[in-house]
Amino acid sequence: MDQSRIDSIVEAVVKELIAAGAIKSATTPSAPDSAQPAGGSTPAARHLSHDTLTIDLPDPTVDALRYAPNVTNPKDLDGLKAMISSTTARIGVGRAGPRYKTNSLLLFQGDHAITQDALMRDVDQKLLDEFGLFTVQTRITGGKQEYLLRPDLGRLLDDEARRTVAEKCAKGANVQVVVGDGLSAAAIEANLRQIFPVIKQGCQSAGLSFGTPFFIQYCRVGVLNDIGDILQPDVVILLIGERPGLGRADSMSAYMAYKPKGGDSDADRDVVCNVFENGGTNPLEAGAFVVQIAQKMRQHQASGVKLKLAAK
Amino acid sequence: MLLRTKLHGKTYEFPDIRLLMGKANEEKSGDRLAGVGAETAAERVAAKLVLAELPLSVLRETPAVPYDEDEVTRVIQDAVNETVYNEIKDWTVGEFREWLLADTTSSEMIKRVSAGLTSEMIAGVTKIMSNLDLIYAAKKIPRTAHCNNTIGTPGTLSSRNQPNHPTDSPEGIRAEIYEGLSYGSGDSVIGINPVDDSYGSVMRLLEMSYDIIKTWEVPTQNCVLAHVTTQMKCLQAGAPIGLIFQSLAGSQKANDSFGISVEMIDEAYALAKKYCFPAGPNYMYFETGQGSALSAEAHNGWDQLTLEARIYGFAKRYSPYQVNTVVGFIGPEYLYDARQIQRAGLEDHFMGKLTGIPMGCDACYTNHARADQNAIENLAVMLTAAGCNYFMGVPMGDDSMLSYQCTSYHDAPTLRQLFGLRPAPEFEKWMENLGLMKNGVLTDKAGDPTFFLRR
Ligand code: B12
Repeated sequence: MDQSRIDSIVEAVVKELIAAGAIKSATTPSAPDSAQPAGGSTPAARHLSHDTLTIDLPDPTVDALRYAPNVTNPKDLDGLKAMISSTTARIGVGRAGPRYKTNSLLLFQGDHAITQDALMRDVDQKLLDEFGLFTVQTRITGGKQEYLLRPDLGRLLDDEARRTVAEKCAKGANVQVVVGDGLSAAAIEANLRQIFPVIKQGCQSAGLSFGTPFFIQYCRVGVLNDIGDILQPDVVILLIGERPGLGRADSMSAYMAYKPKGGDSDADRDVVCNVFENGGTNPLEAGAFVVQIAQKMRQHQASGVKLKLAAK
Repeated sequence: MLLRTKLHGKTYEFPDIRLLMGKANEEKSGDRLAGVGAETAAERVAAKLVLAELPLSVLRETPAVPYDEDEVTRVIQDAVNETVYNEIKDWTVGEFREWLLADTTSSEMIKRVSAGLTSEMIAGVTKIMSNLDLIYAAKKIPRTAHCNNTIGTPGTLSSRNQPNHPTDSPEGIRAEIYEGLSYGSGDSVIGINPVDDSYGSVMRLLEMSYDIIKTWEVPTQNCVLAHVTTQMKCLQAGAPIGLIFQSLAGSQKANDSFGISVEMIDEAYALAKKYCFPAGPNYMYFETGQGSALSAEAHNGWDQLTLEARIYGFAKRYSPYQVNTVVGFIGPEYLYDARQIQRAGLEDHFMGKLTGIPMGCDACYTNHARADQNAIENLAVMLTAAGCNYFMGVPMGDDSMLSYQCTSYHDAPTLRQLFGLRPAPEFEKWMENLGLMKNGVLTDKAGDPTFFLRR
């Protein structure tokens, strides 16, 4: 009998003894065997009574768990920690064979679940009241489902909205701010309290008149054109929720245009994107930046590709 | 022209080729949005019945946008080998489908016929093929290319290392590249999508990725997927670039909205051949995706599958190293759910291979589509069976910059080990030499990015 065959028999017997409780395993479930290879995984034996079974888990989405190094026996553990902290991407996750470890697989699924919920929610009315924003609608009448399928209708204000906006808003302002839900209500809720006062204050300091702000439900970027046609402002700033990333629904954009009108396209627009705290463009800074762009647009009387060429 | 059939006793008539082509598609939300989709399931099949009887010459003579108005049409039509075309122009679309699938039709025979096809002909046959037809026929048409290494050889599966970062941090991107390399992702390209399209920032990422390639002698090529004009500027300034990238669309008007033209890509291709560092001869990388023309209102009333086929006809002009559809990226208004995304992925891969380009796929979905990770794992398995050249490798499939999910660093070794496939041959040898892979399987050292911290 060769040595490897003997080893494997010994190993099997030891396993049986552990399972029977005759001897104690050297490993505990929370600290994997240091001899474990990177892609390997042998569960430690436990003998539990089902009556006393208690499963009471901590939240895997807290930073300490989310960013914990998950590679079995890395060559350089401190190096691994530094690498993980350098990005929001899911690295240092290790493997079970060529697949994911159970905890990272389920964390991913948990993040996907929360993102789906964010999509279907409406912006909190209290927040809109806080800033005195009245609500109008686009031509979407069939709720979020229709909103997702008909971007063309989300770019047009409905008749009542056109009347309300024309009635309630000051015309010809230097800067007209509009808030839209877009693809994430959570993004508006996460950023509006910070960015809105900065933009308003910034306009005042710059001597720019500030149009009557309002909120658009079921909103797409192209709605800028209707706002331009109805209110004739110099610059429109549309604060809108970006499509949510995995577990990250708080990213907002400010799409901007100089004297937008029917027929304008994205080539006539500018965008400040990825606005969120901790990792993105900070909303306070973004607010100041947006006012600067508005000034530049007025100075060159252009936006989008034309502004790029004019400002060269 | 009369385009009519009966089905289950009911008569269906189609006013023109444009609507016939739209209605013959499998269900897609984007075709509804464009107003060209079938109203009922029966109308869809009726359209397929009529389409199957159409001679290929009719499709040649009915491009989605007229020759005089559109440079993409001119590129496609002018590239046709007329001798080959004359041999097949009287085949019906249905006969063409059976010829592609026939036991007597070899890979070489299909490759020859490719030279006589236009994109509308390719789109036409795709519409009447089932999913398994698309998988089976694509597998018959391997398309290989060479830059620093070889992509698309039967028996191999490659992976683009896509280390995107929300603020372009070179340090963070480097960490992601290491993670990917430790799983064997990166044999197609190390390709970074930048947040900041400026010259300085793109330059920095090119130099950083090239530094890794040099230090570790990785047989691969780098690419920063900025606008092509930015990359051209970098190349002229002496930047080390492996592949030149651009997103392409299927009509001149849609390309306008991307800020590109045939002349511009011609120029980029000439520069690439002159200054890119690898051996070549294939230096271009393109991305595509159903719905891009419609989202720019530049589809000329045609369906998204036909517009997509036209992109491949355009891409072929530049003998690209790799082309991939980013199949679920734009959103549910074009491909609503898992089923539509999977169908489009199979269609795009088949159409690319039949056109004559080395086709891969970014099997992906956004969070507002009715799909999940399982759906694109399925798609990746189907496409691997179809002989797809490469997939994306993203940390756990979650691109934290572009806000969408696709295939992962882990998916490449899983699919390889599952199907008995290997990385690109030069890259496999490199992995073996480093001790990260043995006989096509990851070793104990693999999956640890800190392996690359010191050399
Ligand atoms: C989806 C998307 C697209 C889609 C848009 C179609 C669609 N159906 O939504 C497609 C693939 C066509 C696209 C194209 C481009 N995009 Co884009 N896109 C995005 C993405 C991932 C999400 C946008 C979103 O959530 N919008 C919110 C919803 C509610 O808006 P919507 O009304 O449904 O859709 C409109 C906007 O998305 C807008 N849009 C999309 N991209 C861009 C880019 C610019 C400069 C402008 C003005 C508008 C714009 O177009 C849509 C139709 O009007 C963002 C990433 C992000 N974090 O925001 C990048 C992003 C906005 N895009 C970007 C870029 C650079 C481009 C391109 C210029 C790429 C290129 N080199 O060709 C083109 C140009 C578009 C144009 N015609 O001007 C950058 C902008 C960087 C900047 N600060 O200027 C971003 C931030 C991604 C990145 N980090 O690289 N894009």
